Amino acid sequence: MSNKEKKDKKIFPKKVSWLIIFTYFTYILFSYIFNLSSGIKIGQHLFAFLSFMIRILPCAFIVIGLFEVWVPREKVEKHLGYLGGWRGYFWAIILAGTMAGGLMVALPVSSVLFRKGARLSVIFTFLGAAAVVRIPMTLFEASFLGVEFTTIRWLASLPLIILSSLWLEKYLVKQNFQIK
Amino acid sequence: MWFIYITISLLLISFFWDRVKTKKALVLAYQRFIFILPSFLVMLILVSLLLFLFPQEKIISYLNYQSNMWQIILAALIGSITAIPGFIAFPLAGILRNSGISYTTIAAFTTTLMMVGTITFPVEVTYLGKRVALIRNLIGFFIALVIALIIGFYFKEF
Repeated sequence: MSNKEKKDKKIFPKKVSWLIIFTYFTYILFSYIFNLSSGIKIGQHLFAFLSFMIRILPCAFIVIGLFEVWVPREKVEKHLGYLGGWRGYFWAIILAGTMAGGLMVALPVSSVLFRKGARLSVIFTFLGAAAVVRIPMTLFEASFLGVEFTTIRWLASLPLIILSSLWLEKYLVKQNFQIK
Repeated sequence: MWFIYITISLLLISFFWDRVKTKKALVLAYQRFIFILPSFLVMLILVSLLLFLFPQEKIISYLNYQSNMWQIILAALIGSITAIPGFIAFPLAGILRNSGISYTTIAAFTTTLMMVGTITFPVEVTYLGKRVALIRNLIGFFIALVIALIIGFYFKEF
């Protein structure tokens, strides 16, 4: 990887990141010791998200690891690669719809799919669909906003996601884009 | 907790089939997890700070009853920077709807909430790079606006 690419993958330089992380946790620790309400509140938000993620992420990464060793590259290329045709998008949407964990799980999944030879437009469709068509979430949405609302949102979003993914693929393939 | 049972059963099946492969899978899982851990920590820090600085209930009160273009864009911006999980967001959207806020505004808000991830951005950058992560989120933003308009037309709000 060239230096420029390396830089592109990070928002802050490493030292700054560690400084932020250190300051943050010190502040929370002090807040709990000296009973500062701001730090305690921030800490509560942190633990709520952390406990959810700690339950879901290890499972996700183990399943991804198993996928990586057991599923042969040809299988992925055949169904989600250029050989798959439109069925690739179909599988991407089904996979996204039935998956738990949202983007935090979808991103590592897209990375393993990329290494196994799935095409970029299928991967971007998968990432987009993971945001909008997850089935448990959809049922929830329909119960509060009505079935009509949810149906229109699905019908409108899926074609738009597929079209934009095709465009993004066309734009990125020329530049030899890689998912880490 | 169903995913824990699925993971454990898959792991056991794999283990009895081929121990070497299973070990390899676990090593890969560990490496991939370590790779994303720093960005993940940054994300958690951002979430907790953002939730503290902009209490969600307060933000929602900026949504109001007109459905002109600015209102839709405002709703989309609010949806982009907030990080409410679906099980809180949709009941809230239901309440907004009952209090008379248009479907258009609600669609702009909930769709950007799902498609644009300001908070998950550090994690996305680690996998896709800054440029592509940015493009993907911008596309999400515009798709959300289009969806809001389509929903508005469908419910005859224009």
